Amino acid sequence: MAWFSRNRSVTLTAVAIIVAAYVFYAINQRVAVSMIDFAWSFAVPLVLAACVGVMGERSGVINIGIEGQMLVGAFSGFFTAAATQSLWAGVIAGVLSGMLMGAFLAWTTVKWQMDQIIAGVVINIIATGLTSFYYKSGQSLTHVMPNIDIPLLSKIPLIGPVFFEGGPIALTTLVIVAILHFALFRTRWGLRTRAVGEYPSAADTAGINVIAMRLLNVTIAGGLAGLAGAYLSMEATPTFERGMTAGRGFLALAIMIFGAWRPLRAFAAALFFGFTSALASQLQASNIVSLPQQFINLLPYVLTLVVLAAAAGRVRPPAAAGQPFVKGEGS
Amino acid sequence: MPDKDVAPPPATPAAAPAVLERGAPPTPGGLWGALIRYQAIVVPVVGLVVAFVVGALLIRQQGVNPTYAYKTLFQSALFTRDGLNQTLQRTTPLIFTGLAVAVPLRVGLFNIGAQGQFIFGALAAAVVGYKLHSAPGIVIILVALLCGLLAGAMWASIAGFLKTSRGVHEVISTIMLNSIAVNIIDYLINNPFKEKGQAIPRTPQIAPQAFLNDMGIVPIGFPIAVILAVGTAWMLRRTTLGFQFETVGRNKAAAGYAGIKINKMILLAMALAGAFAGLAGGIETLGDIHRYESGFNANLGFDGITIALLARSNPVATIPAAFLVGALRAGASALQFDTGIQPEVVDMLLAITLLFVSLPLVAKLIFRRYAAKGSALTSGWGS
Amino acid sequence: MTASPSTPAYGEETGAKDRRAATGDRLLDIVGLSKSFGTVRANRDISLHVERGEIVALLGENGAGKSTLVKQIFGLQAPDEGTIAIKGDAAPIKDPKDAIRRGIGMEHQHFQLVPVMTVAENMILGHETTKHGQLDLEGARQLVRELSEKHGLAVDPDAEIEDLPVGTQQRVEILKALSRKVDLLILDEPTAVLTPQETDELLEVMKELAAGGTSIVFITHKLREVLAVADRVYVLRQGSVVGEVAAADTDARGLATMMVGREVVLRVDKDEPKPGADVLRVADLVVLDDRALPAVDGFTLTVRAGEIVGVAGVEGNGQRELVEAIAGMRPPKGGLITLLGEDITKANPHQTHVAGIGHIPEDRERHGLVGSYSLADNMVLNRFDEKPFANGFVRNFEAVRENGEALFKEFDVRAASVMAPAASLSGGNKQKVVVAREMSFGPKLLMAAQPTRGVDVGSIEFIHRRIVAARDEGAAVLLVSAELDEVLSLSDRIAVIHGGKVVAEMPAADADRTEIGRLMAGDH
Repeated sequence: MAWFSRNRSVTLTAVAIIVAAYVFYAINQRVAVSMIDFAWSFAVPLVLAACVGVMGERSGVINIGIEGQMLVGAFSGFFTAAATQSLWAGVIAGVLSGMLMGAFLAWTTVKWQMDQIIAGVVINIIATGLTSFYYKSGQSLTHVMPNIDIPLLSKIPLIGPVFFEGGPIALTTLVIVAILHFALFRTRWGLRTRAVGEYPSAADTAGINVIAMRLLNVTIAGGLAGLAGAYLSMEATPTFERGMTAGRGFLALAIMIFGAWRPLRAFAAALFFGFTSALASQLQASNIVSLPQQFINLLPYVLTLVVLAAAAGRVRPPAAAGQPFVKGEGS
Repeated sequence: MPDKDVAPPPATPAAAPAVLERGAPPTPGGLWGALIRYQAIVVPVVGLVVAFVVGALLIRQQGVNPTYAYKTLFQSALFTRDGLNQTLQRTTPLIFTGLAVAVPLRVGLFNIGAQGQFIFGALAAAVVGYKLHSAPGIVIILVALLCGLLAGAMWASIAGFLKTSRGVHEVISTIMLNSIAVNIIDYLINNPFKEKGQAIPRTPQIAPQAFLNDMGIVPIGFPIAVILAVGTAWMLRRTTLGFQFETVGRNKAAAGYAGIKINKMILLAMALAGAFAGLAGGIETLGDIHRYESGFNANLGFDGITIALLARSNPVATIPAAFLVGALRAGASALQFDTGIQPEVVDMLLAITLLFVSLPLVAKLIFRRYAAKGSALTSGWGS
Repeated sequence: MTASPSTPAYGEETGAKDRRAATGDRLLDIVGLSKSFGTVRANRDISLHVERGEIVALLGENGAGKSTLVKQIFGLQAPDEGTIAIKGDAAPIKDPKDAIRRGIGMEHQHFQLVPVMTVAENMILGHETTKHGQLDLEGARQLVRELSEKHGLAVDPDAEIEDLPVGTQQRVEILKALSRKVDLLILDEPTAVLTPQETDELLEVMKELAAGGTSIVFITHKLREVLAVADRVYVLRQGSVVGEVAAADTDARGLATMMVGREVVLRVDKDEPKPGADVLRVADLVVLDDRALPAVDGFTLTVRAGEIVGVAGVEGNGQRELVEAIAGMRPPKGGLITLLGEDITKANPHQTHVAGIGHIPEDRERHGLVGSYSLADNMVLNRFDEKPFANGFVRNFEAVRENGEALFKEFDVRAASVMAPAASLSGGNKQKVVVAREMSFGPKLLMAAQPTRGVDVGSIEFIHRRIVAARDEGAAVLLVSAELDEVLSLSDRIAVIHGGKVVAEMPAADADRTEIGRLMAGDH
């Protein structure tokens, strides 16, 4: 099969990981489920945020502001939920405010040709400023998003309880990754998005509206960042803290690169990050190794650098990522 | 831009250079011409005005009279002896962290890691300062500053090395290095360098003879910072090293063609940036905090980004930009004390100003065809 | 770029002259079209028309406004004044989408193909069909197969564009334009990357299309092709139409004169070469391209002092990598490069410059100049640290300016002053700056890659004269050019490159155009 020969190493790696996971499961059911569950909770916001990066860069816009977009999503989601006592209203507010931040990045960079990296940094500064300025302590939610069981699927050993039993945002994330991957490589929107991110003037001469595609994609992606924020402040924990995204927006960019700008691979990469953290905590908790807590904390950041250094030269970013498109300048 | 088939005549405004000092296009005379020539100043000022208007709305929303709030802010920051001293005290490291971002920007690198480089410098100086407690003051001061400088330079060089050897984009690596620095330092001040018998994790106080004191209201570090900023400007403009930096920043391919060692320039620029940030940390430790304690100087490194962008990576312009940020930061605490307004209002003011400065649209709206074209800073992950 | 020599052109007699006259049905009618960019008037009051089934050539040198004109027809740019009517409909063409809808197809000078996508994906981009929301890629493959069958242009629908040779990419680009219902096909410099034989094939395809009722607007500066295929010719100069003529009623010299506005020297005057000692020796050189594939593969060549050796070949056969390797910009994988006996295989660009190599790079915008620097700075770009331009660490602006002013005069650079930024100059003047810098330090070897690309005729003549002068002063000259005419007219000796190695070497006097064309195509 042509598809298999093209993706052989990736497919084999995936199979190997799944087999290893089940071997682990066979050896110690409880520890396997809890570690992989930990990995997935760690990975959910990273997967969503990496999808934000993928949507932006596949259409030619680098998004350094994911961190800020998530923070605003977490903030407005939490405080809306606290005010209305409705978690769903909170999620909607989180997504909408994320989209607003996405639109901000889209318009400043795509329409007004602001430097994409600076725009992202400005978003992060504004997000930090806004969420601290309006922060009110003492607010709380009585509970987090409820757990949902998907019938049948949640009965699958290992995978079932980890992926198909959980909060609505985590479950939605699975759907989003699958849809985004399919859409990017199998649909008209995906073909056009990739063309716009690789060679915008080719898309332009083929009658595609490059500017509109970029505005749309970056804005929608902002909504996903908002959802990731909502996960943090309403599903993982029922609290908002200043700077609670803690660099996840940047980890997500590394995951996106490691995942070669493909949603499914980014999903796997995020799980890998999560599993590494789970492993470190597990080793720590079981006194197998004794490392200061600070070294456990900095593990994801070091891992990011290692991963990026290893990925260098093996993956190729969308060719037009970072470059503004000006009509008529292309050819 | 016209297509390649059309040769523009010499010096059309549309093809204005990124820097005005070298061969500016003909501009109108009079006030309008002066405004165009000094648009690097005009645009930030306009941004600042807009920011203060928006800030006034935010403040009013909190139920405080904006005029009163601004008056409190500036009065306490500029028009009292203590306040001005505080402002200068903060301006000093900010000039350095501004330079730590501005210099790499000239080489096409965006150093988000001044914060990590800064705290490493601050810690190194603090450790030297208390370990060498029996040495003469001047020796401690020199060794402490040197160690701070080296610590910052080494930390920044990791990002430079990752960039040149593995192509890791400096924006991500420096952000990661910031977080790693915070954790490592937290470990160090909890363990080997912890002050004995203290609940809060912090180093012992440095030897009193190594305190950098003020000359009147001016901290000793301030003139050093100004001299270094001016010296950096001279280096960029007049020396062969500066020429190589600028060439790499403006056209990497041409730099390679011209025999400039691009990787060496990247490593040098990052090391230099780290040295500035580390030196800022050292001066902050010796001149103000007198030990390392986390939570202090929390934002000085990040403010460097704002300052460098406000100054359009011009080293001399980092001085007023740092002064502005320093005054706002110094006044913010009085503002909170007096009116209950969160000091984060300053972040909002700065973010809005920054937005105005870096949106090409703003300059285009004001100056139309005379708008200076800022050179594109970054070009994706590949470079 | 160079006006064609007056050698008899292949295929000239089989041209359009024997085809039926056009039908009198106006497909395109442009009236009073003007377009400016800032103070540059790219098109002034242009009126022209194209009839159904007619091949119209737009002829003009670089900067004449040809590309700007067709970009407006395709909706990429909007005219300032005037109307473009398609099949009698003068509604403005809003964007490429609108142009495509109205039956216009365009083959672009810089191929508008996404390199990482397959032929089939590129073919349907912008007018995709879907099945249940999923892209119909099988249908796309079928479309590619049908089109390539119909027009006799073979391509593999599943090949990725970046893996294809330029000639094949060109086919894809044309098939893409034809994949929609096209009444008017615009071809912007389609033959620039083709061998003479591939060019002949393309001209045949054009004739067949025209016979089938498709009108063609054909941009070129190669007179031979115009005479071979066009029914009518519009000549553009400085944005205006300066002549309209039936191809049957003119010849190469007449067209060249119309194009430039004066009699053109079609041949470079030069004396017999007096070759001296070997300067550059390249032996079994292997150089990898950006994708780590061997682009130069066993290249061997010697260039002596006082001679011009021209490397002829279709672009993408390793020329760029060869030049970059000699200049020290791309470390070779294997083989040996020596300059005057000194091994410079591993030298960096600084060392090759010091060793005496002057290098006029292929891409002057990317490599040759820093656009925001002044001309004076650009003229010392690779010598900024040498005396007198720097005293140790400190630059000497005075010396830099004086040097700039001297070269400015000597090389006749047209610019406001030496302090003007390089970006503000025209292509020809930019190139003069690069040429001035690379010739002014007395190089032992002058390497000129595409030295006259995108340069006006006046500057071409000037640059050619300077290259010959450098040879006469004893420099070895390595000329690499995709313009076969330039190689033929300037070289003393010609090496044909194909697949990264020299496939034939001959004195220029013995060179035969058709033979070289065959060798360039890999037929040896």
